[in-house]
Amino acid sequence: MLLRPSFHKTIPISLLSAALAMTGSAVSQTPAAQGDTPEAQKGYEVALRNDKSDEGFGDSRVTARMVLTNRAGQETTRNFSFSTLEKENDEVGDKSLIVFESPRDVEGTALLSHAKILDPDDQWLFLPALKRVKRISSSNKSGSFVGSEFAFEDFTITELNKYTYNYVGEEEHDGVMNDVVERFPRYENSGYTKQKSWTDQEIYQARKVEFYDRKGGLFKTLYLSDYRDYDGIWRAHTLKMVNAQTGKETVLAYDDFEFKTGLDSNDFEQGILTRLR
Amino acid sequence: MSATRSLLDSFASGLATWMIRLRWIVIIAALAGTGFIATNITKLEYSNNYRTFFSKSNPELVNFEAFQATYTKSDNFILMFVPKDGSEIFTNANLAAIGDFTEKAWRIPYAARVDSVTNFQYTYADGDELIVEDLVPAPGASSDEELIAQKGVALAEPLLNGQLITSDARVTAVMVTLVYPEQSLTEVPEAVAAIRALREEIEAAYPQFEIYLTGSSMMNNAFSEAVQKDFTSLIPLMIGIIFLTTLIAVRSVSATFATLVMVVLSTMIAMGWAGTVGIKLAGPSPSAVIVILTLAIADAMHILITLRNGMRAGLDKHAAIIDAVKINFLAVTITSLTTIVGFMALNFSDAPPFRDFGNISAVGILAAWLLSITFLPAVLSLLPIRVRKVALEDQQSALVGFANFVIAHNRKLLFTTSIAVIALIAMIPRIELSDEFRKYFGPSIEFRTDTDELIKHFGFYAMEFSVKSGEPGGITDPAYLARLEDFTQWLRADPAIEHVYSLTDIMKRLNKNLHADDPDFYRLPEDRELAAQYLLLFELSLPYGLDLNDRINIDKSSTRVTAVMVGDTDTRAIRKFIKDSEAWFATNAPAYETTATGPQVMFTYIAQRNVESMIVGTAIAIIAIAFIMMVALRSVPMGLVSLLPNALPILAGFGLWALVIGKVGFSVAAIASLSLGIVIDDTVHFLTKYMRARRLKNYSGPDAIRYAFETVGAAILFNTLILMAGFSVLTLSAFKINAELGMLTTTVIGLALIIDFLLLPGFLLMMSKDKDQEQSVQKGDPHVA
Repeated sequence: MLLRPSFHKTIPISLLSAALAMTGSAVSQTPAAQGDTPEAQKGYEVALRNDKSDEGFGDSRVTARMVLTNRAGQETTRNFSFSTLEKENDEVGDKSLIVFESPRDVEGTALLSHAKILDPDDQWLFLPALKRVKRISSSNKSGSFVGSEFAFEDFTITELNKYTYNYVGEEEHDGVMNDVVERFPRYENSGYTKQKSWTDQEIYQARKVEFYDRKGGLFKTLYLSDYRDYDGIWRAHTLKMVNAQTGKETVLAYDDFEFKTGLDSNDFEQGILTRLR
Repeated sequence: MSATRSLLDSFASGLATWMIRLRWIVIIAALAGTGFIATNITKLEYSNNYRTFFSKSNPELVNFEAFQATYTKSDNFILMFVPKDGSEIFTNANLAAIGDFTEKAWRIPYAARVDSVTNFQYTYADGDELIVEDLVPAPGASSDEELIAQKGVALAEPLLNGQLITSDARVTAVMVTLVYPEQSLTEVPEAVAAIRALREEIEAAYPQFEIYLTGSSMMNNAFSEAVQKDFTSLIPLMIGIIFLTTLIAVRSVSATFATLVMVVLSTMIAMGWAGTVGIKLAGPSPSAVIVILTLAIADAMHILITLRNGMRAGLDKHAAIIDAVKINFLAVTITSLTTIVGFMALNFSDAPPFRDFGNISAVGILAAWLLSITFLPAVLSLLPIRVRKVALEDQQSALVGFANFVIAHNRKLLFTTSIAVIALIAMIPRIELSDEFRKYFGPSIEFRTDTDELIKHFGFYAMEFSVKSGEPGGITDPAYLARLEDFTQWLRADPAIEHVYSLTDIMKRLNKNLHADDPDFYRLPEDRELAAQYLLLFELSLPYGLDLNDRINIDKSSTRVTAVMVGDTDTRAIRKFIKDSEAWFATNAPAYETTATGPQVMFTYIAQRNVESMIVGTAIAIIAIAFIMMVALRSVPMGLVSLLPNALPILAGFGLWALVIGKVGFSVAAIASLSLGIVIDDTVHFLTKYMRARRLKNYSGPDAIRYAFETVGAAILFNTLILMAGFSVLTLSAFKINAELGMLTTTVIGLALIIDFLLLPGFLLMMSKDKDQEQSVQKGDPHVA
């Protein structure tokens, strides 16, 4: 799990295990992502274990700071608050709300997202200066997020079944042993052809993710660190994305997370956007 | 002073004697030594980055680097699609090809983005939705109405019309932006091979198009392709010329063979050295091969001609070799030294490839000098050499006749030559410094021919402006946007500007879109927050690879305006444009800081920067060479006099160029010091013989001149011809800077011969007149009848 951890598991573990045993079969209405090779299966298992470690977080709130740096060494900061609601069932994804606090010109601008599994996410943006909500039409979420090196896709799409997997092997990173898994998007309009993740074997969290572009070249690398334990839910507090091509980088730093704050789906409806202030 | 001379003579003849005695050892050592150094030739690489031509401290490069660090350091391919039947681009058949190409171009190695009419991010309003999508979402499958609408949007869109589509919609371009890691020299050729293969694939699948390929990456590739072309065509030609001229001059196949081996070894040593120190060949530096081959032969020529004269006079071969080394040792040493000084002065150049050119040449000349007094005598002693006598007599007598003519008419010649030289020098201010990188390459290079096609339809020279608002988020300030729009309009009013990319076009469009596509709102937003939020919305809507990160600084304090100039703009017009644009900001928007930058800006000032940096280098070369001449001729006034016949041909050469051609690129900066080092050789030979006649033989002025003509006239003549032939070979280079270097140097060498033969004798006679009058009375003059 990257920025936002995953969602509720509605599939009984026993059923999942059974599915894992039957190679290449479907579990529910969502087609199964595990493949028909031992590598694909092992990769899926690593992803599943990571996914499960996050189960039942309910909802979360956090304030975030993004620091963008260009090759000239200039820096700029964007601040926003970030709320997430764990998805209700397997048919839908999580819901999230980002409210910008700075830069001053975009203060109060709010981005509401309803993640989907294989369809493009629904997104709406509230523009306080226009006092209007605008729906965002783009089906491609790999574009730059507010000029940073992160794409929206990089921190919202971690749905297990959005990918097929391939287990690569074990590797030490930051003094911990990691499972290295490649994942390939199953949905259209991803800017990436492949991601490669390092998931540690102790707390089952991602430590590093490499993103590969359409020509198969390394595009950018995400380093996740400063993991903290919130009663069994782990969160990385420093996420650094380095663009391998342009040399620009963005560090996303979180303050302390709050969980189970009482948010419900009403707080993530389109109508809420105009009432935020 | 004759003690020094005899000491040198005995050293030289001793050296030659030993070289002959130990000839096998000398030959094997020379071959082995050369072989050892030459293994490093394999380490030589061709640079394929135009930035190589700029020193780290070059102000235009520093500007551009800062610009690229703020936005993105990128190169590009520009592909122009021209339907063979002249049809419009907006047909399903044509768009299918563009769409297919656009899709596949993302997979070119190092490609970071692809822009075309099909994937242009078209925005429009649909209720409360801002739709951002490809202008042609399904290339090849649009309805007739959609095609008409797409064409209408493309032509009305300032970011497309003139940049990716012509205003008659009959020619389109696709831009592939590349970001190279710059870790390896194989990156550019790798990307070029991929784009060429893709072009072939598309041409085969959609034969209705003529596809042209250019862009900065093609230019970079052209630099290394030009070098390789030169290597494969010019070097064999040069070796052929050397073989022929040497054969004509010495009329001995075996001596010619020995010479050829010697010059090739010198070149191998120099290139091996270049490989050892890690020089990357670019622009003029590979020409060092031609230059060394040319200059190395000059050393050999003096020795061979004296050898031939000696054998003609009845000396046996070994005695003639020893004599030839002895007689030429000083002159060969001095001429090598002055030439090395002239080339070393290129280290002051602002362009690193010129420094490399100078240093490689200097090493080669040093090697040639060493080999000509060691290896050459050793080899010659082994080879059978026969001389025929008749032709030589003819030459000598022709030269004596010429000498008599010069002496008889010395005043007239001095006068007319001086007038002609002064007239030429007066032309120098008419020289125009011109460096347009499109024209750096000859028609044998694809980059040139395809770019020539491109500029018939689109602009070519991108002038970049990073307009700084001075505060974070300042680019959405209405005051800033208003000035940016004024500047954009000012640029668009300039007929030399083909296209302008400006944020204001995006802001106007978004303002309209967010007001339900009401055309009345096609204007800049008047509220800073509103503009910032529009931009945020738009940025969130852009897909992978098509963001604005390369157009807007991360803190939104500055944005980039790109003005593409028409391709046949000359350097003078570009210089004026840069000045005017900066003046526009000073007058109309003093609060916002900007300077023009980009590759063509760098090349626009490259000649000027190099001339400035070479002034000191040339001055040092002149002083050093004057000092060498004073020591060599053992006379301060003669040392100074020696500079005259050498400075004049250089200046006259520039004048002649101004008169005949007018424009010259940045190689002009290197000409003065390197040609001074070369042309002074003739003067060295002429003056040493003249001085020898005056001092040792006590000849009168006219007699000394006759003696000089007789002894070294033929060698000077042959050397000049060989040098002119060698530097003429450079004029065939696929790289214009080398061609100009060759042409200018050839001109200077030719003029130097004329001045040495016509003006110098008159000048010497004028100087020696008083002394001569006494001496002639006492001694009589044996030669003047």
